[in-house]
Amino acid sequence: MSATTSSVFKRILPQLIILAVVLALNVIVFPGFLNIEVHNGRIFGNLIDVLNRGAPVALLCIGMTLVIATRGIDLSVGAVMAIAGATAASLVSDGHHWTTSLLGALLVGSLCGLWNGFLVAVLRIQPIVATLVLMVAGRGIAQLITEGTILTFIDPGLIRLGAGTIIGIPTPILIWIALGAGAILAVRRTALGMLIEAIGINEASSRLAGINSRVLLICVYAMTGLCAALAGVIVAADIKGADANNAGLWLELDAILAVVIGGNSLLGGRFSILASLLGALIIQSVNSLILLSGMPPEFNLIIKSVLILCILVIQSPKVGHLIYMLRASSLHVPPPETPSRRVLTPKEDAQ
Amino acid sequence: MPDPTRPLLHASGISKFFPGAVALDEVELTLLPGEVHALLGENGAGKSTLIKCLTGAYRRDGGTITLDGAEIDPVSTNESQALGIGTVYQEVNLLPNLTVAENLFLGRQITRGGLLRRRAMIRAAREVLLDYGLDIDPAEPLTSYSVAVQQVVAIARAVEMSGKVLILDEPTASLDREEVQLVFSVIRKLRERGLAVVFITHFLDQVFEISDRATVLRNGRVVGERDLSQVTPNDIVTLMLGRQLEERVHERKGGRAGEVLVEVEALGKRGMIEPFDLTIHQGEVVGLAGLLGSGRTETANLLFGAVQGDQGRLRKRGREIRITRPRDAITQRFALCPEDRKTDGIVGDLSVRDNIILALQARQGWTRPLPRAKVNEIAEHYVRALDIRLASLDMPIRLLSGGNQQKALLARWLATQPELLILDEPTRGIDVGAHAEIIALIERLREEGMALLVASSELEELVAYSTRVVVLRDRRQVGELTGDQITPSNIVAAIAAEEPKEATA
Repeated sequence: MSATTSSVFKRILPQLIILAVVLALNVIVFPGFLNIEVHNGRIFGNLIDVLNRGAPVALLCIGMTLVIATRGIDLSVGAVMAIAGATAASLVSDGHHWTTSLLGALLVGSLCGLWNGFLVAVLRIQPIVATLVLMVAGRGIAQLITEGTILTFIDPGLIRLGAGTIIGIPTPILIWIALGAGAILAVRRTALGMLIEAIGINEASSRLAGINSRVLLICVYAMTGLCAALAGVIVAADIKGADANNAGLWLELDAILAVVIGGNSLLGGRFSILASLLGALIIQSVNSLILLSGMPPEFNLIIKSVLILCILVIQSPKVGHLIYMLRASSLHVPPPETPSRRVLTPKEDAQ
Repeated sequence: MPDPTRPLLHASGISKFFPGAVALDEVELTLLPGEVHALLGENGAGKSTLIKCLTGAYRRDGGTITLDGAEIDPVSTNESQALGIGTVYQEVNLLPNLTVAENLFLGRQITRGGLLRRRAMIRAAREVLLDYGLDIDPAEPLTSYSVAVQQVVAIARAVEMSGKVLILDEPTASLDREEVQLVFSVIRKLRERGLAVVFITHFLDQVFEISDRATVLRNGRVVGERDLSQVTPNDIVTLMLGRQLEERVHERKGGRAGEVLVEVEALGKRGMIEPFDLTIHQGEVVGLAGLLGSGRTETANLLFGAVQGDQGRLRKRGREIRITRPRDAITQRFALCPEDRKTDGIVGDLSVRDNIILALQARQGWTRPLPRAKVNEIAEHYVRALDIRLASLDMPIRLLSGGNQQKALLARWLATQPELLILDEPTRGIDVGAHAEIIALIERLREEGMALLVASSELEELVAYSTRVVVLRDRRQVGELTGDQITPSNIVAAIAAEEPKEATA
């Protein structure tokens, strides 16, 4: 609601700096990192790869940000990706048009989200437990759909969602940017964002203020399911097949990590989807850095965790407070003349 | 006996800056041994900040502290405790699931060879507590005792660990009259033992009852240090506010109540409140009186749908309505300012602006956001109308003082233009200035024709604004007072009447 351009910029500044640093490290280990070329009407480059490969986590973190803002969490998004991918693959192999299979997959993903929302909002089960159910069961469901095999398909329409381009730009990039922008507009141009934050900060107060927290919670989980389904379809389309066992495996953790790197509190409340998306890009840039540095692959996970740890330490409240105090003390404010009892209205304040 | 004229603790020139604000400006505080020293000031005057600087919870930006003649510079509350400055907060800072003895000795347990000596601790705890006039079983869990007893245990713990200066931050805020006396008797004993006790409270009568001297803060500065035997409560209030407080108790306007707004018939919930009837007219303030747990809050919650009743009917302007949740009540233009502002009222991290428009926006639905200009207009209007003091509408509401939070909550509900406004303890934990303003506001809303239902434990306050008082006891309505009947003594009589207790468990 109260987001002006400068306050948005201030909010995402830490993420921008971290992203810039990680990208700079990429350039150091691989000087050609920033090169972008156009071959056969399609743009290529490591930077484009980061945006493209980051698509699944970027899509997941849009919904995850909202769920976490309500003081919840959704562990099932990886499994929902598998279900959605399997649904799309199965529908398209049954001869349906690719748009039908896409819509079917999105519908199934939303249903999964509604189920989570029902458990959380109506039955009042703790989100981490409620979504654990689908996290475990989801892969089973996906396997039932694919009948235990990797269900491959050759429909060019569907494949284009994951591996194709539109005006030279890989489709996944366009999809996550569009959905991200849509989600940001939807929460900030309506009162949705504020109401979601209110629920996350104090659900009792929100209920007494007349907020329909039950419906909002269900909607938020459904939205997360939808995002996961889209990510699942993209991943399946990219490899031209639905792998019930491995599609989206552990990606829920990357999504949560992206939200956290985005500076959103796991305790709910104020959130920024834009910062989460930057978080997703940071994770993908770290992946790229490890790949390009040519380190032996057995170090990958360790390096990644060390880098992530550094990012989290920089963002931790202790360090943040230290930086804040350093800045505040260098900016010494002289005591104002006898503080008046009158109200300083925001209008005067702004002038 | 220490020299009663040499200060036990002397703090001078204490300053504390927060980015963009001066919280304390060269504050001076002198504590003599064997005195109870009241620290007074409106919310936001700097009392808590001063305490935090003294106990090392905050680093001060200037000034010196001497304790017993030696300069000290505590950097943590642990260090100040070891030096002799103990603190007890309003909410008992103990572990409710441990026993009294364990709480008393937590962190300095009596051990032998690394093993706890439970019996010895219980014995020692019993002796310590007897000194404080408490004959209780220290082996029982803390929760099995009343808040007052817990408060005394907290005091005992602080004194046993520190023993020179005891800071009590609103220790009586949630105690009833007798419990306050229990705490006071303990404070008097400590005074005799030569401790310096700092007493922070909003209750002026308690200040005069127990304190010897007072330091008054306003806007981060000391505006006076007074010997309380030399001044009147009015002098102190004037100091605190910097202006003469308007006559506290208003003359009751014989305003006639308008037409019937809400009729309640046999509304109740088993185990919570007995079915009751209640009729509320436009332009009247119905007061709900009764002891803690008598059903005041339950009545308010049931009417607003915060709790769903299991029987009864509601009519508004003669038409039957159903209220099963707050949203239904809000649709009927009911509003409720709940008793517990922090857990049920404010949305702490949201801005004051968002908090003010929250109920209105929730009623409109998320798809129809209030235009920004309109939001600012509403928020600014109420900030002016209710004199909410804030630096900016964008600041999180949790940073406001209690009184200003309460006013912002009132603004939230007034913005929905309610026909029935339910207030549950509207003046709890807020300073004298805001207190008087809220009472005046209730009066004004009534004159404008709004119907109000106000639950309060402060009898004088109820008498001041109610046109009718409903008295509750043991989850049941037991009486109703109107017109000239409404006096504190009549209310007390109604609460106390029919004393023969039923032989129920």
